[in-house]
Amino acid sequence: MTEFALILVSAVLVNNYVLTKFLGICPFLGVSGKLETAIGMSFAVMFVMTLASTASWLVQTYILVPLDLLYLQTIFFILIIASLVQFIEMMIHKTSPVLYQALGIFLPLITTNCAVLGVALLNVQQEQGFISSVLYGFGAALGFALVLVLFSGLRERIDYAPVPAVFKGSPVALITAGMMSLAFMGFSGLVKL
Amino acid sequence: MTQFVAAVSSLGAFALVAGIILAIAQKAFRVEGDPMVEKIDALLPQTQCGQCGYPGCKPYAEAVASGEADVNHCVPGGERTMLQIADLMGVEPKSLEEEAAAPMLAFIREDECIGCTLCIKACPVDAIVGAPKQYHTVIADHCTGCTLCVEPCPVDCIDMLLKPELIEHWAWPLPDTTRARLGQERRSQHAGAA
Repeated sequence: MTEFALILVSAVLVNNYVLTKFLGICPFLGVSGKLETAIGMSFAVMFVMTLASTASWLVQTYILVPLDLLYLQTIFFILIIASLVQFIEMMIHKTSPVLYQALGIFLPLITTNCAVLGVALLNVQQEQGFISSVLYGFGAALGFALVLVLFSGLRERIDYAPVPAVFKGSPVALITAGMMSLAFMGFSGLVKL
Repeated sequence: MTQFVAAVSSLGAFALVAGIILAIAQKAFRVEGDPMVEKIDALLPQTQCGQCGYPGCKPYAEAVASGEADVNHCVPGGERTMLQIADLMGVEPKSLEEEAAAPMLAFIREDECIGCTLCIKACPVDAIVGAPKQYHTVIADHCTGCTLCVEPCPVDCIDMLLKPELIEHWAWPLPDTTRARLGQERRSQHAGAA
């Protein structure tokens, strides 16, 4: 049980994919303008990341390793992620057209979110058990959701702050992201796996 | 050779399974029409007045959803509806058109009214009261200024007047504090939307 808790803390805080590994920066900056959109995006990414790490573990263990096809790893994982993203795009279009409109191009672009592929690849490299890798994928997604929601909250408030004209918009967002990253560096060494 | 066959067949089989699952999902999650149109249509006042330049609320909703029309053409809906649609579409709110800046109101010259009830039938918001052979009058608070009643009147006794400030919406001027200003803004928004 402690081990699972450690995996979650490690994936969410210590090895946060956005702020520590710098993967998935595109949606981090792209969809963080509004809090609602960020929350919707977080749920979509959580769904895709968790299922992608589950499916990639299964594919790795039952197809790639027995058939000795490890060189096909990337293409298999991309296939999994692309199908999952297609699936969730259809689902969101049906269930929440407003969210669909708000996410716009960033929804199909989850396919190219390197954090998703990164989680799948790093996950199988660590050669953990099934539950650990599912949990690791979920934790990584939770970490992504956490920083995305925090960052969009910050950005919504920065919009009302007296920012110098030259720093308005993207520059101050990037500076904020850098500061958040520095803050997350403080977690390093909290958990050793 | 076996390596090659294993690689091709496993990847092919996997892609096939993924494709079949997606095909089933496509059937299950098919979207009837554009749900955005329904959402916008629900926000519109359903007066079917045609002041937006489209033949009704639904066609205007379709035009907005497809990005063909701006969000600020609904006159009866006023600023509140415009803000809601802009929020739904995720676009910048635009100021309303000129007509909305000076809200109009239908007024029946009761001396000339012959009690034909034609304007009552034409009114989309039931803002005209009256009975056959009795003169009619307009409920000022409900009239949206859509002008639909002007055309059917056989004796041309309906005028479009500038909407006066209703006594219900009048308030004492407030002291100039932040809280008072906010209240004033909220009231003026309500008056604009009514």
